[in-house]
Amino acid sequence: MAEAAIELIGINKSFGAVRANRDINLEITRGTIHGIVGENGAGKSTLMSILYGFYQADSGEIRVNGKPATIRTSNDAIATGIGMVHQHFMLVDNFTVLENIILGAESDALLKSSIAKARSELERLEREYGLEVDPDAIIEELPVGLQQRVEILKALYRGAEILILDEPTGVLTPAEADHLFRILKQLKDQGKTIVLITHKLREIMAITDSVSVMRQGTMVATRETKKTTVEELAELMVGRRVLLRVEKGEAKAGEVKLSVKNLVVKDQRGVTMVDDVSFDVRAGEIVGIAGVAGNGQSELLEAISGIRKAVSGSVTLDGKPIDLTGAADPGELRQRGLAHVPEDRHHVGLVLAFEENENSILGYHNDKRYLKGPLLDVDAIMADAKDKIAKYDIRPANPRLKTANFSGGNQQKIVLAREIEQDPGVLIVGQPTRGVDVGAIEFIHKRLIAMRDQGKAVLLVSVELDEIRSLSDRILVMFAGRVVGERGPEASEGELGLLMAGVEQKEAAE
Amino acid sequence: MSFFDVIIQTLDSTIRLSVPLLLACLAGLYSERSGIFDIGLEGKMLAAAFAGAAAASVFHSAWIGLGMAILVSVSLALVHGFASITHRGNQIVSGLAINFIAAGSTIILGQAWFQQGGRTPALAPNERFEAITLPGAEAVRSVPIVGPIYSELLSGHSLLVYVAFLAVPFTWWVLFRTRFGLRLRAVGENPAAVDTAGISVAWLRYRAVICTGILTAIAGAYLSMVQSGGFVKDMTAGKGYIALAALIFAKWRPVNAMFACLLFGFLDALAIRLQGAPLPVIGKVPVQLMQALPYILTVILLAGFIGKAIPPRAGGVPYVKER
Repeated sequence: MAEAAIELIGINKSFGAVRANRDINLEITRGTIHGIVGENGAGKSTLMSILYGFYQADSGEIRVNGKPATIRTSNDAIATGIGMVHQHFMLVDNFTVLENIILGAESDALLKSSIAKARSELERLEREYGLEVDPDAIIEELPVGLQQRVEILKALYRGAEILILDEPTGVLTPAEADHLFRILKQLKDQGKTIVLITHKLREIMAITDSVSVMRQGTMVATRETKKTTVEELAELMVGRRVLLRVEKGEAKAGEVKLSVKNLVVKDQRGVTMVDDVSFDVRAGEIVGIAGVAGNGQSELLEAISGIRKAVSGSVTLDGKPIDLTGAADPGELRQRGLAHVPEDRHHVGLVLAFEENENSILGYHNDKRYLKGPLLDVDAIMADAKDKIAKYDIRPANPRLKTANFSGGNQQKIVLAREIEQDPGVLIVGQPTRGVDVGAIEFIHKRLIAMRDQGKAVLLVSVELDEIRSLSDRILVMFAGRVVGERGPEASEGELGLLMAGVEQKEAAE
Repeated sequence: MSFFDVIIQTLDSTIRLSVPLLLACLAGLYSERSGIFDIGLEGKMLAAAFAGAAAASVFHSAWIGLGMAILVSVSLALVHGFASITHRGNQIVSGLAINFIAAGSTIILGQAWFQQGGRTPALAPNERFEAITLPGAEAVRSVPIVGPIYSELLSGHSLLVYVAFLAVPFTWWVLFRTRFGLRLRAVGENPAAVDTAGISVAWLRYRAVICTGILTAIAGAYLSMVQSGGFVKDMTAGKGYIALAALIFAKWRPVNAMFACLLFGFLDALAIRLQGAPLPVIGKVPVQLMQALPYILTVILLAGFIGKAIPPRAGGVPYVKER
């Protein structure tokens, strides 16, 4: 008989004026994998933090295995058999696996017996669940997938029967993610209950038994995974129909705007990251560069936008060369009509400690429009920021708010608004929708298509193959620093996947 | 005097001079390993030196003096903790404030209570921690080599000297063999990991700064109640800062800390011994240069001769529970 491992009844939680959770009711059946989806800020993490004792609910009841439970601290949660694998691992990087596992669960004041106990217990867990990891390895020397395994082991060591995983695949490669799913299935077979928080709908479909959708702090629906579809879940998450694939007309490619010839780029260690790459981007087309992360796409983008030195080769913008010695002035490139949306918006694209209005002109702050004599024209900047906020639906609509306080999707919109509104001839975009919600993804994609239709040249780099396929007019695949193939947008996922994995071109074509 | 005697004497003063550094360095180790930077070692040491000497001369007891030194130093450590743990303030500002308070208040209180220009009255022998003769020291004195090493170098120090050197293996044991030590190291690296493991970050860090307070108290008491017979204004003379330098040099490890402090102590001893003595080849070196030697070395060492010293990763950052 299916019993509830967790019941949440009427949970409410507010942070100041923000109601993060409203009247949440949720029942999770024991021995199943239950997914919780929702956009960033929908309240998923808050709800799970309440369950794990990180926060306390303002009102409502939690029942674990049918019995009311009071969970005030993480200790209470651990004692009731709830374990959590956090999105950012809660591990001490320079400790060994064993030290991390016993931290907080030591059996007495001296370590010797705790370590011995943990070592034998770890062997048992390894046997039972196939969770192999060297107990004496230092955490920071382990790959991310294994670090996550240590987090899971930590929870199991503390006797967790219910395991909450918060966005577990965000940091994993596809292969590591598959491995994680196998482990989760095995844990389920052993009778554990698993709660999976994610915004990746594909994972939900692949692994969960049932799924609950949250939107703006409320629980909008719970479905059996078998009886729902990705489209339905996306609609429930956003609250309206979402186009997972934007519609677009034929590209009308014009003259060459950006031309890359025999470009070679090395990284700090002297390893060749971009190896003899040549391509053109024409007005009115989107050229997508696909590839598994780390195959030279980042370096390519940086070299073209003038922030990384190239070893040889040339890049021309409207027929005139771009300085590739690493001494290029990004401001000058902007004036020549080359706009750049960097891959890493937190470190390159934005100054998080600045207010929104400051970031919305950053890089263009010497432009006459924003200056009054030698000083910044604050009124003009503010009006400009408000205009962009309205046009790009940036929320909250407050140009004085610190940029760090916007969600990932809205931060990305700030960067896009800044670059697109300058009306550049060429737009270079890196990972435009990384960490961005479904609703905002649709908006960003539409904007990029609109740029193309206005006759701009767009170079798109993304590790999301779906994104590349739905936006690009031509797809270049990079592997180990080289462009290993060019395909049209009709190319199948499998074909591109093989190219991305470096399988010989001849085999991949036909 | 034979060359051997000179060496024994120099090493003997090396030990005496490195003790306050060592105690302060270990004190800093507890705090910094827990993620609380403590630039206020200097101030706590100075306040403890004053409190110790003052209480010892008033109550005619070295032990009451030490107790008062600990009380004052721990109180200051808790002020630092309150500012930087509970109120998540800037740890450098808080530490500096403690240094200023200690430098000013010891002189004012000293003058108000004892009217000796900020000094405390000279301590009688029973008000100080006197030298202890180790068993058999007299008997082996005449044995060549080993005799003088045992009876001169190892024997005949104050109790606090032995406490300082025993604190090294003890600290190592606490840090790497006990639950408290594991958690202490963890909280300085990743307090969120400690928090989610169900351990209170604040309470753990408070316990660490209390350890710091106790050890700086012993360092201060050593200065005023062993090394000299009373408190003199600014008698710490930057030892708290040199201890911090030694801590970085030692890469926050207790045994390394001992060697780092012995090195600084040795340079100090050398500077004293070589004052006015002509050196071969170079000739007579100005006293000031010799006195500046330990400080010059500190700068050189810290400027990059020690390889990469990675401080505890959460050091100096107040812990805020994130959403």
